[in-house]
Amino acid sequence: MKKIYTFLFVMLLVAASPNILLAQAKTEILIRNATVLTAAKGRFENTDILIQNGKIARIGKNLKASSNAQTIDASGKFVTPGIIDCHSHAMLDAINEFSFSVTSMVRTDDVLDPTDISIYRALASGVTAANLLHGSANSIGGQNSVVKFKYGRPVEDFLIRDAPSGIKFALGENVKRTNFNPTPGTTPRYPRTRMGVMEVIRDAFLRARDYKQTWDDFRAKKTNVPPRRDLELEPLVEVLEGKRLVHAHGYRSDEHLNLLLLADEFGFKIATLQHALEAYKIAPELARRGTGASIFADNWSYKLEAYDSIPYNAAILWKNGVLVSINSDSDERIRRLNLDAAKVEKYGGVPEEEALKMITLNPAKQLGIDKRTGSIEVGKDADIAIWNAHPFSVYSHVEMTMIEGELLFDRAKDMTKRAELEKERETLEKLDVNRPPGSGGTSPPIPKEKRQADRDEADGGKP
Amino acid sequence: MKKEILTQRRKGAKTQRFSKNKDDFGFSIFLRASASLRLCVLFILFVCAVQAQSDGSQQNQTGKAGTFAITNARIVTVSGATIENGTVIIQNGKITAVGANATIPSGAERIDAKGLSVYPGMIDAGTNLGLAEIGQGAPATIDITETGDMNSNAKAILGINPHTSHVNVTRVNGITTVLSMPTGGIIPGQAAVINLNGSTQAEMGVVPTFGLVINFPRITTFSGFNPLTGPQTIEFSEAVKQRDKRLEDLKKLFKDAENFARSREAYAKDKTLPMPTTDLKMDALVPYIRGEKPIIFTAERERDIRGVAKFVSETKVKGIIIGGQEAWKAADDLKKNNIAVIYTNIYSLPVQDDDAYDYLFAAPSKMAQAGIKFCISTGDGGAEVRDLPYHAGLAGAYGLAKDEALKSVTLYAAQILGISDRLGSIEVGKMANLVVTDGDMLEPRTNIKYLFIKGRLLPLTSRHTELYDAFKDRK
Repeated sequence: MKKIYTFLFVMLLVAASPNILLAQAKTEILIRNATVLTAAKGRFENTDILIQNGKIARIGKNLKASSNAQTIDASGKFVTPGIIDCHSHAMLDAINEFSFSVTSMVRTDDVLDPTDISIYRALASGVTAANLLHGSANSIGGQNSVVKFKYGRPVEDFLIRDAPSGIKFALGENVKRTNFNPTPGTTPRYPRTRMGVMEVIRDAFLRARDYKQTWDDFRAKKTNVPPRRDLELEPLVEVLEGKRLVHAHGYRSDEHLNLLLLADEFGFKIATLQHALEAYKIAPELARRGTGASIFADNWSYKLEAYDSIPYNAAILWKNGVLVSINSDSDERIRRLNLDAAKVEKYGGVPEEEALKMITLNPAKQLGIDKRTGSIEVGKDADIAIWNAHPFSVYSHVEMTMIEGELLFDRAKDMTKRAELEKERETLEKLDVNRPPGSGGTSPPIPKEKRQADRDEADGGKP
Repeated sequence: MKKEILTQRRKGAKTQRFSKNKDDFGFSIFLRASASLRLCVLFILFVCAVQAQSDGSQQNQTGKAGTFAITNARIVTVSGATIENGTVIIQNGKITAVGANATIPSGAERIDAKGLSVYPGMIDAGTNLGLAEIGQGAPATIDITETGDMNSNAKAILGINPHTSHVNVTRVNGITTVLSMPTGGIIPGQAAVINLNGSTQAEMGVVPTFGLVINFPRITTFSGFNPLTGPQTIEFSEAVKQRDKRLEDLKKLFKDAENFARSREAYAKDKTLPMPTTDLKMDALVPYIRGEKPIIFTAERERDIRGVAKFVSETKVKGIIIGGQEAWKAADDLKKNNIAVIYTNIYSLPVQDDDAYDYLFAAPSKMAQAGIKFCISTGDGGAEVRDLPYHAGLAGAYGLAKDEALKSVTLYAAQILGISDRLGSIEVGKMANLVVTDGDMLEPRTNIKYLFIKGRLLPLTSRHTELYDAFKDRK
């Protein structure tokens, strides 16, 4: 009887979502004769990659695929894992909830825009996944989103469901807000100093510890009334329990170290220091705690606290055994993370594969998604970029990018579609509503106010 | 006021960490020592200094002058064919011989460049280098923008800090010469062309007052930013009117400057005429409005670039465009009016969502096809000017031929800056700004092995290598 139910349930699923199942069953792709940079097990020349159902099924020479498989001839081309950016704000309609210094209750998941053109531009540069972080205006910012750039799909498809949850922390100039004029008529927000920042974080975790205690007591039946849920403290309790990754923005090594000491005191781990442009000064301290660093390759001097940033940061951290990733924090720089990784090789002599890992496998590890992506290994998702030349060459560009075997960027196709798009743009620009009144067009109609009839009291008491 | 004090204090703290504290400490001990001890110390210091000078490995920040022979090198002359195995001779700051069989003068310091390549130093024709040290949080280090809209008399050369840490960081990546310019307002001031070496502004200067920068009036519906409600906009037709008004104002200003010059010239000949009043702003404009020196106009979109061309043809000035996103679309106008383009948009995002993703990477290649004279620049404030080779290389990844990419940051830049008789290629008689590399100079993995500016062999050190050395072995 139970079996029948299971069967019926499966049939129901098939009927409900035929497209998904069919699409998955069909896909088989064979990438032929490529130079494969695995970012895990070295470099393989003249090698094939067989992709089945969105996963890397086989890697080897002269692989056979079924007759209906799509074949990509990659002779003379380079194949790498899709690049993963451990610090991006692409897709976010809002980045900073400025109002309080602790905003652990807000979630970037709620403001994702799957149509952001930055996604396509990132795909065109070989980027397949990203850590979308809340801004750095708050000592404890919002909860982040770990996504794959499945451009063209609905937003829920972007989120990597089995990625561990995370949260943004921030230290230094942005949190103190001293580089920015407060909105006229408002009082500056506390804290205004690095002393205050540490106290705000300490206060939040003391409150979170107490809050956790109230729940622990309730669950142990020591108390009878369930505590009131606190959306600010819940994520911090998860941090205390090691269930939520902390990504901590900061520049100066002293304040990053202070945060590490505070985390020691409360018994949790910082997953990554973000930016961490002075992390090279405290590399052993990071290594001892297993805290990673997600840094710029060589940006510096754009603000006071970035003045001691050096391009050798990655090399020093790597030599100390710290897990390092190179991030963009920018819709522009995300397009050239391959060259940023190349710079790591130049400054301090990090080996090629280790440098490549800093934009692929290492960020995957930092985000807890390395079981499914980040390197070219059998069983992993087919998140892959195909390049016309070695990706560390300045003359290279991406030919194709796929996520889970789905081709989401194809340079050849992009080029052929351009004339068509240009025509469409011309037609649209000629339309009356798209021309400003100043040059002869008519203003677009202003949408009429709706719901006149059922206005409520809050609208001013009018009927 | 409070903010300023805070900033000062923070900056003070920063400086202390590096030098001030240390120097004070040593000096105060020295003062407290007895006279004979003081003499003794001075003598030891003198001996050390002499030894340091005779030892080739010890170089001060301004480098070592002398006669050098770079031998067994692959010489990428840029202006001519690449010499696969040859010698470059440097004497008195200049290149005195280049070729497979160049004679090495006696006493020349030999640099064996087997397996290495010699390139002319790169030139970035659009930066603010030396005018801004730290972008945010240290306003005292920023000297890019004067107050007001009209600052034709502001000269970048007088604001450039020869000792900014950006100089060393930039030159150790192969960039030896830059144009540094003020920005902001309608006429930000006059740009300078400088070498990235020298203890004084004069020592750095290649063309101390090269050109006048004008932010060419453009149509913008953006009218300001309200901290409470965000960006403010105006009607497009109003924006067009405002642009036209600003353009007319500019033309009137040019006429005023011409009249100013004439009255001054007339007075010089005939002292019975009324003496013209001193006007530094007008005075500064004269060589530019008369076409004796170039005006650098900022312009990006096609209509603005065509607008510049029209303005140049009407006012008969010498024009250069900086920016140039859509310059390739206006090739006819640019060529007709002999206007070159300093392209600064490799690290920019396409303006419109439906622009091709590589719209700005591919623009240099389109300019080359259209026959426009152009060079590639970072357009950077200073810290990231060292990325110049990658700007050129990325243009190479999207259609520009590799040798054109190299020229776009060497010879073409020199031509546009009017210094190609002195810089931009490896030729006898040119200034010895040379870079010796272990590979293609535009590749990010290539290392610089030797660096010469004006024939001085420079140490490959910077704020970055110093911090690296200080912390790399910390356990």
